[in-house]
Amino acid sequence: MKAREAVVCRTGTANLASVFAGLRRAGGAPRMASCPADLRAAERVVLPGVGAFGAAMAALAEDGMAAPLRQRLAEGLPTLAICVGLQLLARASEESPGVTGLGALEASVTPFPDGVRRPQFGWNEVVAGAGCRLLVSGHAYFANSYRLAAAPEGWHAAMADHGGPFVAALERDAVVACQFHPELSGPWGVALIARWLALPC
Amino acid sequence: MLTARVIPCLDVDGGRVVKGIRFQGLRDAGDPAERAAAYQADGADELAMLDVSATPQGRDNARHTVAALRRALSIPLTVGGGVRRLDDAARLLEAGADKVAVNTAAHRRPQLVAEIAERFGSQCAVVAIDAARRRQGEGWEVVVHSGRERTGRDAIAWAGEVEARGAGEILLTSWDRDGTRTGYDTALIAAVAATVGLPIVASGGAAVPGHLVAAIRAGAAAVLAASIFHDGDYGLGCVKAAMARAGIPVRPAG
Repeated sequence: MKAREAVVCRTGTANLASVFAGLRRAGGAPRMASCPADLRAAERVVLPGVGAFGAAMAALAEDGMAAPLRQRLAEGLPTLAICVGLQLLARASEESPGVTGLGALEASVTPFPDGVRRPQFGWNEVVAGAGCRLLVSGHAYFANSYRLAAAPEGWHAAMADHGGPFVAALERDAVVACQFHPELSGPWGVALIARWLALPC
Repeated sequence: MLTARVIPCLDVDGGRVVKGIRFQGLRDAGDPAERAAAYQADGADELAMLDVSATPQGRDNARHTVAALRRALSIPLTVGGGVRRLDDAARLLEAGADKVAVNTAAHRRPQLVAEIAERFGSQCAVVAIDAARRRQGEGWEVVVHSGRERTGRDAIAWAGEVEARGAGEILLTSWDRDGTRTGYDTALIAAVAATVGLPIVASGGAAVPGHLVAAIRAGAAAVLAASIFHDGDYGLGCVKAAMARAGIPVRPAG
């Protein structure tokens, strides 16, 4: 079977070795996006992200990637957002006040409440809600201090709990956004990436 | 809810695992990637690799080992040992580590913690704290250079400082217990857990599953161990089953 190409956006200086390894393990052929046109032409786009919301949005803006990303998200084209990548889909984040996100989600990102360990580091149980096609229940690996507290309108959600419910992942059309790291979530995560890669483009 | 993590640790020198020879079912128990893959299959939640190389040649090999581990693993990988500068951290992350642990260099120059957190995010910045009970008086002091140097710095206060500087996790090793097989220093774990909001990975002294249970109950978010797994006395599945029986949430194997 021909490897399925996935174009990966730069969202900062963070390393992408695990994301590339995870995509390859799932049968994908990842490569870095080089220009905005690249993103428009791509069949599949991966929006990874670690570090701060503001820095990641700045990296996208610097590369001219924000506009083509907004367009693909609006059209529901195959896009996989990971960790801060999910948060970038929101309107804004308390992590970086004043910074505008991609706005595909009618929601704002907030920190986990006081009284739980922050960051949330480790494996949490994910429960896929009704209507999820690609997302299934299981255990996923998280590394985050901020999250969406509730599922935004129009998206199918998988939820988890850390000091109260939060959004573990969202899907709509061919867009999948994971607060967890599927590339670090063992065979369960690899299988999710493989299902996303297998969507018709 | 968040589950307690069990993290096997590989001590690697010049590309070879240097501790433990009794691990079963492997063609070559000294190959890090093969060993790591076996741990992952058994239910490891994460893997730690400690580079104990003493030479520059060994350090170069460590990066190759990290790359081989990354290819073998679909779970998180923390790498420590010899991280002195931001560039050292960058090279390990590029090779495939998800987190880097700094120890002696952070003690010498605490700003290193902030530099790693700012450049790569707090989720990459683990600070390893080796703590020993003070010989006189109460509390614990930080020891560095593999325990050869007692610094006098209060270990609990140091944990608070690295949190303020942007660390994402603390790898807390009891220097009194390490290698003794008498269990983790639960008083130390409880004292640090009461001071910082960061997740704490407990290390040093585990010999039986009950030790891991005690560390989690004392406030650790994760337990790291080497010989308990390398020596083949207890498999990952057995340890996690014991934790589950004790009422601690763990991720089912698979």
